[in-house]
Amino acid sequence: MPIGITWTVDDADTMTANEIYGEVLTRLGDENPRILAMTADLAGSTKIGKFQKKHPERFFNFGIAETNMMGFASGMCEAGFIPVVSTFAAFAALRCAEHVRTDVAYNRRNVKIIATHSGTSFGPAGTTHHCTEDLAVMRAIATMTVIVPADAYETAKATAAVIDHDGPCYVRIGRSFEPPLWKDLNFDWEIGKAITLREGTDITVIACGPSVLHAVEAADRAERQGLKVRVLDMHTIKPIDRDAVMAAVMDTRRIVTAEDHNIVGGLGSAVAEVVAESGKGCVLRKLGVADVFSPHGAPEDLQHLHKIDADGIEETIAEVMKMDFEQDEDWEDEV
Amino acid sequence: MPLSAEEHKRLADKAKHIRERIVEVTERSGGGHLGGSLSQTDFLVAIYYKYAKVDPKNPRWEDRDRIVLSKGHGGLGHATILGDLGFFPDPELDKFNKTGSKFGMHLDRMKVPGVDASTGSLAHGFAIGLGMAMGAKLAGKDWHTYIVLSDGECQEGTIWEGVMAGAMFKLTNCTCIVDRNRMSLDGPTEEIMALDPLDKKFEAFGWRTIVIDGHDLNQVCDALEAARAETEKPVMIVANTVKGKGVDFMEDQPKWHYGGLDSEMAARALASLRGK
Ligand SMILES: Cc1ncc(C[n+]2csc(CCOP(=O)(O)OP(=O)(O)O)c2C)c(N)n1
Repeated sequence: MPIGITWTVDDADTMTANEIYGEVLTRLGDENPRILAMTADLAGSTKIGKFQKKHPERFFNFGIAETNMMGFASGMCEAGFIPVVSTFAAFAALRCAEHVRTDVAYNRRNVKIIATHSGTSFGPAGTTHHCTEDLAVMRAIATMTVIVPADAYETAKATAAVIDHDGPCYVRIGRSFEPPLWKDLNFDWEIGKAITLREGTDITVIACGPSVLHAVEAADRAERQGLKVRVLDMHTIKPIDRDAVMAAVMDTRRIVTAEDHNIVGGLGSAVAEVVAESGKGCVLRKLGVADVFSPHGAPEDLQHLHKIDADGIEETIAEVMKMDFEQDEDWEDEV
Repeated sequence: MPLSAEEHKRLADKAKHIRERIVEVTERSGGGHLGGSLSQTDFLVAIYYKYAKVDPKNPRWEDRDRIVLSKGHGGLGHATILGDLGFFPDPELDKFNKTGSKFGMHLDRMKVPGVDASTGSLAHGFAIGLGMAMGAKLAGKDWHTYIVLSDGECQEGTIWEGVMAGAMFKLTNCTCIVDRNRMSLDGPTEEIMALDPLDKKFEAFGWRTIVIDGHDLNQVCDALEAARAETEKPVMIVANTVKGKGVDFMEDQPKWHYGGLDSEMAARALASLRGK
């Protein structure tokens, strides 16, 4: 029986995104004794430690030993448990990559990975703690569901959804200081279904993670210039919502993607694959970390540098609107 | 052999100065890895100010000793030493952690002069450092490699892969020190993933272990010299230390692993370091 979220997170305004995730996981743990929580000396930083307080017998701290933890998670599934594993994205996705692929995904282990401090959200920490490759790695692993919630509320929804989902999942969140997109949990959220936040016919911005809020702001600014910008919150990178992408292609013919990730292999690539395979014409511009190692710095500064803040997205919308491309009489009969 | 009173004072004063800088830089940068930076200071000062062959004016000097801070989050404490030695203008440390500066929380070999490995993801530095020692051996170079580990880091499996390899390849041209402050991020190591008896583990893997009080400069220097003189086995110095050493309200407190300091707290920390 699906659990879902049947209650509200009361003190959400005073909680950071990761704390809300920790709180939601704890409540899910109240209802489902099969849920286990695991971390590698980051109970406090990832907030999975909230689960520890309530359910100490189902919480495991492996010390600073991520790959070992991933293997344990795979093994504990044998006894019917649903391990939820939390550490920084760089360690969950990169250090543990082979363990995730072989021990978890290939063996159809029902492990949920909640990777925090992703992208450049832990900006000042530098390259060792940035993670702008995880979506590419996780997307390339067969059977893996890959989710990038836009804020704390979506993280809460995603946490409940991945527990219900049968199969390995990778949920990628930030350091938790990101401003919220939603005000509460009163919205529909489903794995694999993009959310249309703004309707528009001139251009579509497809974003994930903290870039979604910036895309909305950029769209609102562009609207004041007379443009109708569609904004899609593409919280599920895999399986990607092909219908939403194709609707954007057919309705707007211009797409900008925005993500806190390398422009190689993440959301932009996933969208590009759908567009290219469709044979339909469309201008596509990918925003993100432009296949470089990001410098370190405050996350806001880095988002500005990588043009995934409202300024950068607004500027790119204007550029893409100016681009000329072949357009024949009848789009509909192509291919 | 005990240090002369003069030499002891020179190193102790330096360590005190470095700890003060750690506090000052943290206040300006908005946050820093205080606990581990303070615990590693005494032996890192001994290495840099008494033994290491390094040249601040020529940071990539080919024959320099290599120094790898495998516990990369100790970058704050490492940078203050490099700044004091003149690898870069010391006032640049005011921009620690800041956008556009050389210094992220974890020091980056591609950005900060004097840094030999970009560490921060724990346990990477150990294998890199051992590789440097092995490279020196193969190339017939007589520079020495120093590797500083944290105890929590020893929970990583690759540390033990490196320990086996170090013994197998008889890497006696490096000195390894583990900062045994008994705390990691979530709390005491022995309550999270027990390490004891840590010295016996290294010994069982074929290393010579020297256990010292990592804040006693005489013991630190004796151990560093014994490690240099050893020709049979690689040496691991297990330095028993106190996380947050020198600042009374930080000592042994895991919550001071990383923290920010406002001016009032920074003043209290400095007063504590100055023994007031
Ligand atoms: C592979 C890896 N896992 C997790 C972290 C996050 N992290 C940074 S410091 C730390 C704990 C440090 O404790 P310890 O290693 O004992 O260092 P010290 O007490 O000397 O500061 C953790 C878990 C990391 N940097 N690298």
